[in-house]
Amino acid sequence: MSDHEYTPKSKFGKWFNDRLPLLTLANHLTDYPTPKNLNYWWTFGGILTFCLITQIVTGLVLAMHYIAHADMAFDSVEHIMRDVNYGWLIRYIHANGASMFFLAVYIHIFRSLFYGSYKAPREIIWIIGIIIYLLMMAAAFLGYVLPWGQMSFWGATVITNLFSAIPLVGEGIVTWLWGGYSVDNPTLTRFFTLHYLIPFLILGLVVLHIWALHVPGNNNPVGIDIKKPSKDTVPFHPYIVIKDGFALLMFMIVFAFFVFYTPNILGHADNYIEANPLVTPAHIVPEWYLLPFYAILRSVPDKLLGVVAMLSAILILAALPWLDTSKIRSAVFRPLYRQFYWILVADVLILGYVGAMPAEGLYLLVARVATAYYFLHFLVVLPLLGWKEKTLPIPLSITEPILGGSPNLATAKSKESLKN
Amino acid sequence: MSEKKTKRRDFLFTATYAVGAVGVGATIWPMIDQMNPDASVKALASTEVDVSAVDPGKTITVLWRGKPVFIRRRTQDEIAEARSVNLEDLKHPEKDEDRATNPEWLVMLGVCTHLGCVPLDQKGEYNGWFCPCHGSHYDISGRIRKGPAPTNMEIPKYEFVNANTIKIG
Repeated sequence: MSDHEYTPKSKFGKWFNDRLPLLTLANHLTDYPTPKNLNYWWTFGGILTFCLITQIVTGLVLAMHYIAHADMAFDSVEHIMRDVNYGWLIRYIHANGASMFFLAVYIHIFRSLFYGSYKAPREIIWIIGIIIYLLMMAAAFLGYVLPWGQMSFWGATVITNLFSAIPLVGEGIVTWLWGGYSVDNPTLTRFFTLHYLIPFLILGLVVLHIWALHVPGNNNPVGIDIKKPSKDTVPFHPYIVIKDGFALLMFMIVFAFFVFYTPNILGHADNYIEANPLVTPAHIVPEWYLLPFYAILRSVPDKLLGVVAMLSAILILAALPWLDTSKIRSAVFRPLYRQFYWILVADVLILGYVGAMPAEGLYLLVARVATAYYFLHFLVVLPLLGWKEKTLPIPLSITEPILGGSPNLATAKSKESLKN
Repeated sequence: MSEKKTKRRDFLFTATYAVGAVGVGATIWPMIDQMNPDASVKALASTEVDVSAVDPGKTITVLWRGKPVFIRRRTQDEIAEARSVNLEDLKHPEKDEDRATNPEWLVMLGVCTHLGCVPLDQKGEYNGWFCPCHGSHYDISGRIRKGPAPTNMEIPKYEFVNANTIKIG
């Protein structure tokens, strides 16, 4: 919370604030001191909040017309598309909104990786973020099942069968998840319930994510600790609000392009065929945002180990603050890490590509190499870099590199005091 | 204070926690068990199939418990092939004699044991089935020969009610 005490101006405001300090909270959020060098990669937190609210609002509307029953779900989705006023628009926003949500979250995560935002004292923010990411994947998967098309049905079958890899209790868990001996109506109704629940869990975690962020304050492109408030910070409103707003507008242009010009390009044509438990589509792949993990699953020839590898690939991120042993946060001052960072980005993109291809021949080989490298990056490269890498000198403040200042600590400090 | 000695109060705490735990467990269990297959799902446990129209070398697929069941009438060549396989070459060794007690008829769940897709008929490197999802190859006895699936395709409980009718389940 802000250092200074806040007193509302109006008498009623004061009366209310003494009983429920909502105005203090609002004041904290507007005055919140933010590093003044935040670049556009920092605008994705706001964009993600927009994505979550968009999904909740459009989802509520869709739930008014959708029927969660194996015999009627597919037709009710077509009913939304053809009969409901603006139903096509709302459904396309919701369906493409999921992809936009993941696009933004991946940029947000890779921003953290580049600038070391996960490091002390921001580990809890990072771990809450990973939990949100896991819930997002669950919500996206559950939502994809609801239209009850071929991809819905077989996606649900394959993903729930992942649990059958667990020794002894696996089969029992799968039957329990299904509520039957195959994916069927009981599965659909419970998936709908959970799909409705998860966004609100995410909303709660987002509040904790932001709360935890406001304790140490934002990291910044230079990655150094700054005094708050100081000449290195600006108030959140209006500076960051305007910047976030502009970035959001740009993002909405991309969003609108998908919704209005190519609403089905991120989906699969097979999902416009009603679910048929007797025929599996010839080539089933998950949505694009899950492809890297799907590639890891398929690259391991053993069923149980494949599932373990896929889950580890996500959970390893939670251990990142301790796997990265370097004290320097920003990759700007880590010449070697910067190169490994881009190799990791390329590695994940390659995994995504081979995840969409059939698991055979050269694709399989590439998937195996890329999977091995993914784990190598986190388990070997990052711990070693911490004590092998020769980092560049970091500035004493955000203003120092721009307004000049000696790399010598004593002179820089005397200059600081002169300026203040 | 004599910390080591168990007091009356410690006993009361432990007893309260124990009763509380049982109560919580008894409350949670119905919430968990309601997700298991219900009585109406369990009631659909068996199905009868007329196989008189199936010619040798053909497979029919029927739905049992929401899952496809393959019923293949195998040719003499296929039976010979299935029975000549060396068990040491198999990932999940099972004799064809045990899988198809009546050698002409192979009745099995058409569900890949990897992640549950439906394999394609007369495809793959072993003239049996091939799963398009993650590339598992099965032979003409439905045994896994290559790919990620851990076990052979499952044989359900079935019996010949008469020469033309199979009862599955």
